[in-house]
Amino acid sequence: MLSKKERELISEIWGRLTPVAEDIGAEALLRMFASFPGTKTYFSHLDISFRSAHLLSHGKKIVLAIAEGAKDISQLTVTLAPLQTLHAYQLRIDPTNFKLFSHCMLVTLACHMGEDFTPTAHAAMDKYLSAFAAVLAEKYR
Amino acid sequence: MVEWTDFERTTIQDIFSKLDYEVVGPKTLARCLIVYPWTQRYFGNFGNLYNAAVIMGNPMVAKHGITILHSLDRAVKNMDDIRNTYAELSVLHSEKLHVDPSNFNLLADCLTIVVAAQMGKAFTGEMQAAFHKFLAVVVSSLRRQYN
Repeated sequence: MLSKKERELISEIWGRLTPVAEDIGAEALLRMFASFPGTKTYFSHLDISFRSAHLLSHGKKIVLAIAEGAKDISQLTVTLAPLQTLHAYQLRIDPTNFKLFSHCMLVTLACHMGEDFTPTAHAAMDKYLSAFAAVLAEKYR
Repeated sequence: MVEWTDFERTTIQDIFSKLDYEVVGPKTLARCLIVYPWTQRYFGNFGNLYNAAVIMGNPMVAKHGITILHSLDRAVKNMDDIRNTYAELSVLHSEKLHVDPSNFNLLADCLTIVVAAQMGKAFTGEMQAAFHKFLAVVVSSLRRQYN
């Protein structure tokens, strides 16, 4: 359950990060591959080395989707409908991985925002990313 | 027996040497109680935990946070036998405190975030992975005596 204040905070943070979507996304992915090597199995067809073109473009896609959802969290199911279908029928990424990515995204945000990543912002962001992941997995079964 | 690479050993010693336990401890526990409010169930006698500001100013939370970091320090100084170093703590958390072991991961994640916020770009993906492995061993050792 996200309060109005939390929604505004989340929307504001992602709005600020959109210009550096590529960097944030690529970093979160790299962190995930380093801490949780099993996640690399979904990327065997891409070059996911440090700042490779694939990694940057993929990171950008993910962050822009997260930022888009943050603009109106009450409409998450509508906004994510095409991505729901993609993940359910084509990508079929095991949903446990969404948690791993979310954790690495939070670490990335902490590294970038330092003390500005307050416990309140952390809580709001964790809730948002959990909601995002849940909606993403909705069409799985 | 856990195998540690030289990089992992150095990284863990390095990171912890940069932490002021009196600051990081309180921040970590407060963050856990704020981000995962259900963890407050174990701190009924800690007084007011009503909102984020109050939790961050609560002296009992601060004191306990410091205690936790000093315990982690014992693991840092005994990386080759965390399991036995933590045997008593594991029994304590299971038999006396009745803490659901899932909570250990929540605290570990909060510590990671606090360290990341402090170190910024210096907390690389490789260092995060080493830190994660260390905390996973700590958590597993704490879980060990539960039955």
